[in-house]
Amino acid sequence: MSLPVSTETDRQIDGLLGRFPQRGSALLPALHLIQAEKGHIPLEAMDYIAGKIGVSPAFVAGVVSFYTMFQQTPIGRHHIQVCCTLPCALRGAGSVMGYLERKLGIRRGGTTPDGKFTLSAVECLGACDTAPMFQINEEEYGQLDERRIDAILASLK
Amino acid sequence: MAYDKLLTRNLGKPNSATLDAYQASGGYQGLRRVFKEFTPEKFVEEVKASGLRGRGGAGFPAGVKWGFLPKGLEVPRYLCVNADESEPGTFKDRLLIEQDPHLVLEGIIASAWAIGCHTAFFYIRGEFHKGARIFQKAIEEAYAKGLLGRNILGSGFDLDLIVYRGAGAYICGEETALLESLEGKRGLPRIKPPFPAVVGLYGCPTIINNVETLANVTLIAERGAAWFAAIGRPKNTGPKLFCVSGHVARPGVYEAPLGIPMKELIEMAGGMMRPDRPLKAVVPGGSSMKILPAAKCDVLMDFDSLAAAGTSLGSAGMFVMDSGTCMVDALWNVCRFYAHESCGQCTPCREGTGWFVKILKRLERGDGVPDDVELLDNVASRVEGNTICPFGEAVAWPVQSYVKEFRDEFQEHVTRRGCPLAAAAAR
Repeated sequence: MSLPVSTETDRQIDGLLGRFPQRGSALLPALHLIQAEKGHIPLEAMDYIAGKIGVSPAFVAGVVSFYTMFQQTPIGRHHIQVCCTLPCALRGAGSVMGYLERKLGIRRGGTTPDGKFTLSAVECLGACDTAPMFQINEEEYGQLDERRIDAILASLK
Repeated sequence: MAYDKLLTRNLGKPNSATLDAYQASGGYQGLRRVFKEFTPEKFVEEVKASGLRGRGGAGFPAGVKWGFLPKGLEVPRYLCVNADESEPGTFKDRLLIEQDPHLVLEGIIASAWAIGCHTAFFYIRGEFHKGARIFQKAIEEAYAKGLLGRNILGSGFDLDLIVYRGAGAYICGEETALLESLEGKRGLPRIKPPFPAVVGLYGCPTIINNVETLANVTLIAERGAAWFAAIGRPKNTGPKLFCVSGHVARPGVYEAPLGIPMKELIEMAGGMMRPDRPLKAVVPGGSSMKILPAAKCDVLMDFDSLAAAGTSLGSAGMFVMDSGTCMVDALWNVCRFYAHESCGQCTPCREGTGWFVKILKRLERGDGVPDDVELLDNVASRVEGNTICPFGEAVAWPVQSYVKEFRDEFQEHVTRRGCPLAAAAAR
């Protein structure tokens, strides 16, 4: 049977299994590795990691679905996560979201037809001093206005 | 009064996150002093004597918490650093992690030594990609220089420290949910007792301390309990990072002694964002804490003063709202957060948060009915105190306090069939 992940990811996951006092702790870091490679956590990968750790696939699915950051279906290459919690909302998060929806032609939760952008409303990202802000993949951008958003999106391939 | 910055003293210096820069400014001298002048037991007493109270939200004395570890058990003890900073309005730990990780790391090593822990975990929220990278690098530097690993600085003490990334769940900031998550499970809080100090990670005695708490341990290691206890106010000792956000001119993290007047903090943050809009209300300690209307904002920012004012210092995530803010809309936002983040384990919380969102949405949209304001109170009273973890209070308190302090504004949403502020803005 072929591996649902690359041999490199498989090797890194094997390295995690002995790293913790109990094997189960390897699950979250392993899921992060899988998502870093695949962009989401495919079902076959849940079966695979369940076997590695020694828990049921259903247990893994329960963990994956609990945590907001784990994606169960493919998303766009650039995941725009707009913080919409109150400290950002007080400084215009609603306008930022509205502008992005119009500019990208999608609603929050949607992905552009070319697969370039996914737009999500997320809860507090702990960067209220830069409100309004969003995170795109691993990078954060604050003090957003329409001009700045245009420049940020234009810089992404 | 002049105040020399302590927790933020290295911020803004070149390469402040590196070990070289940290040591050049005297870093790790505190740890050396502790190894030389104290026994672990005596250092626990020192931290108790400093009066240091936890900076994560509950304000429990750190040394007392350490003292709850059972003695004489031949099982491992764990230290888990709570870097799952996710209380809305809070962004202080991020600053320390990204800009002065060794200040935190030094406190972790001293604390682990004091409590007899040889494996510690740094649980950081998954969204803090940059923070996790920086902290991992700081750990690697520390291993290379003999500050982690075997026989640290020749003391005979061994410590391993592992960074563990969360994956987007507010509830994992609750200490028992954090432990579940660290064990690779859904973050469902555990019933207490037993408390983690007795039965924690992998069933072993465990201490969970906040990032800023541990940075304060570094200060105590450097200069001692008496010096520390002289900062701030009685029973509310030491320096504090205050996160000021919302409608101020310069949102940011401001360091001051505990007990600084709230109004002074607003001034430090440049005052109100718009001169034409006066202060309407402040939430002093993150969105879970009770709101104070402007008339009650002449308070000191410390644990006991805010408790006396009917609210709490919480995580010191203070957000400021001006006269243009609709309290129904603001509370609707807050409740959407809690509805999304409820772990779903306890019915009052899982269902209650949904009810709040539903009622507030119809009030704001002009579909409210006369009993809705009472209904909010009624549901809140059934959530509060009826859940496994303090999440129930974390949503009930804002609901109860926004309604209590701004009841007329809530009623007006019913009688005028919608939001008066939104209607005025649309004109």
